[in-house]
Amino acid sequence: MTALLRPTALARAAALATAALLLSTGALAQKAEVIHWWTSGGESAAVKELANAYGAAGGTWVDAAIAGPENARAAAINRIAGGTPPTAAQFNTSQQYHDVIAEGLLNDIDPVAAKEGWDKWLPKPIIDAIKVKGHYYAVPVNIHNPTWFWYSKAALQKAGVAGEPKNINEFFAALDKLKAAGLVPLAFGGQNWQEFVTFYSLLLHVGGKDAYLKFFKDHDPASVNSEGVRNTLNTMRRLKAYTDPGSPGRNWNDATAMLITGKAGFQIMGDWAKGEFANAKQTAGKEFGCFAGFGASAPYMIGGDVFVFPKTSNKAAIEAQHKLATVITSPAAQVAFNNRKGSIPIRADVDASKMDLCAQAGVAALKDPARHVANPDLLMSPDMVGAVQDAVSKFWNGTQSVDDAAKALQAALKR
Amino acid sequence: MPRPAPLNRRPRPWAATLALLPLALTVLGVYVGTVLWSLRLSVSSSRIFPRDDFVGLAQYLRLFDTERWIVSLQHLAWFGAGFTATCLATGLGLALLMDQRVRAEGVLRTIFLYPYALSFVATGLIWQWMLNPELGIQATVRGLGWADFRFDWIVDQDKVVWTLVIAAAWQASGLVMAVMLAALRGVDEALWSAARLDGIPRWRYVLSIVLPQLGPAFATAFVLLAVGVVKVYDVVVAMTQGGPGDASEVPAKFIMDNLFGRANVGLASAASTVMLLTVLALMLPLWYARSLQQRRGGRR
Repeated sequence: MTALLRPTALARAAALATAALLLSTGALAQKAEVIHWWTSGGESAAVKELANAYGAAGGTWVDAAIAGPENARAAAINRIAGGTPPTAAQFNTSQQYHDVIAEGLLNDIDPVAAKEGWDKWLPKPIIDAIKVKGHYYAVPVNIHNPTWFWYSKAALQKAGVAGEPKNINEFFAALDKLKAAGLVPLAFGGQNWQEFVTFYSLLLHVGGKDAYLKFFKDHDPASVNSEGVRNTLNTMRRLKAYTDPGSPGRNWNDATAMLITGKAGFQIMGDWAKGEFANAKQTAGKEFGCFAGFGASAPYMIGGDVFVFPKTSNKAAIEAQHKLATVITSPAAQVAFNNRKGSIPIRADVDASKMDLCAQAGVAALKDPARHVANPDLLMSPDMVGAVQDAVSKFWNGTQSVDDAAKALQAALKR
Repeated sequence: MPRPAPLNRRPRPWAATLALLPLALTVLGVYVGTVLWSLRLSVSSSRIFPRDDFVGLAQYLRLFDTERWIVSLQHLAWFGAGFTATCLATGLGLALLMDQRVRAEGVLRTIFLYPYALSFVATGLIWQWMLNPELGIQATVRGLGWADFRFDWIVDQDKVVWTLVIAAAWQASGLVMAVMLAALRGVDEALWSAARLDGIPRWRYVLSIVLPQLGPAFATAFVLLAVGVVKVYDVVVAMTQGGPGDASEVPAKFIMDNLFGRANVGLASAASTVMLLTVLALMLPLWYARSLQQRRGGRR
């Protein structure tokens, strides 16, 4: 039993098993089995672009799609622990795989990173998430910003809202007008992760970048009493009055549908919401609008997806891993993939002309390192994110005072 | 004191023993083995991977310091009480009605038992729509003209647990009905003839003569329902995802969230160990009472 628990023995067994597996299929070198959770229509079309690019580079992409991020990650972890790892596995750009690195179960991809000069052009928050103790352990695929504001042009017109709100006061003024016009001002999905998205969006865009970083990056327990965090909690409390009674338990895409049909005015959600608008044949700038925070120099939050490469000592497998990393980060594959996925490329040196308005705004933000901010998953362990999420959800749904909520957040940071 | 050996004691044929061996090994290896494994993990600092260190009861201390776990236990108690009571009452009522020689009994029986054959992931979604104040029952009744009608339990933190009871009882009542009906059919018809001769009303006969004979059926139904209570998970995920806030969180969901989403294997193992101990604490007195009964010569 203890032998099973010991990670080094595990890793050795894993390496041996992989080696044996790959020796027997030596003829099929460059075959890459990739575990991911991109299963929806738009997502699988996106991942096909990566598969095609890898195929064009002479490799064979073996698709292992598993629905649901948690299921896909659990499958990858189980296969790594069980000794038959895939060539690559998807994780979020986060600390989700840092334990796997600590156990020594991932291959680094320093040769590719050095050749492509990642140090020079990758956004700093991403480097911080994938470079551990001087080695690169993951290849970034895309950048998602979860803190976009979306709005229905039809609803805003009906309510007589002239333009995009430039600050939080204008935002609330617009919400008031929408309410007066008999519309749902804020389309909201009352599930705890969505409540959490609202919390950190407001902390970043209302509380400010400093308050956000003190809380999420430094885990500073004193930060919960700062004006930024208190402002955020008060704003959340105010915002609740602009949601409809049907919001608890609603899925995010059902909330987006309220914007598409013009029943609701605004939604705070990640850029994956664009897929819903696209499915409904709506275009950015025409039927709906988007802004990533208030004002032209608002901080731009960076998250997204990566592939990690489980440990193997087999030469062909390592070659396949390196080839994957090279292909995935190439400009052409980046644009093809991200246009379908709704995210933006990890590099700013791409042709943005074929992108929609929102993505172009994202790429513009990417060019200014001062605007980059890492998302909470990059800055906290999944455990701590969960604890903060619980505290936020309790505050949003109950009658808890701001003081008590601040205390609960403080306790979450001390986990 | 040595007890007299039962008269019918014979050596078990070796073929039967051999045939049972694989199952016995599976039970030992899979069930007992994994239980021991979880116990071991619950006193380690395991996060995403199992670790072989020893941290004492730290995970348990943290567990009971976690508010979400405490409220999960409370919700489970409420849900368990409401669910078993509703199911037993509805199931017994349906069975008694069925036993009145209704026409098309076969069809009705199938209809009542049908929900049990459906997956809760699908039906939970339908319940969620029906209970949603803006789509379901409330909106429909309001649309018919009763503008003040309110049925928004699913978005109400104080009442959301009862919506889980409604949906879960809808599913499981048919099963209780089937168990009860089978037991009712086992009651001797001659008893009713005799009671009728004595001029005893039907309701009195059911209450004092039939119900006492249903004891074992009640016990069976109760155990089946209790198992459903402890592991309740899918109905919550499909209907409320534990919300609004943490108002419908349950222990099984806490365990799953920590096991996968939050990469907290140690804490999740501690939580499942607590669940196991709770079940044992409830079941052991029951087993003990039964074995006492058997020893005293009862044949139940």
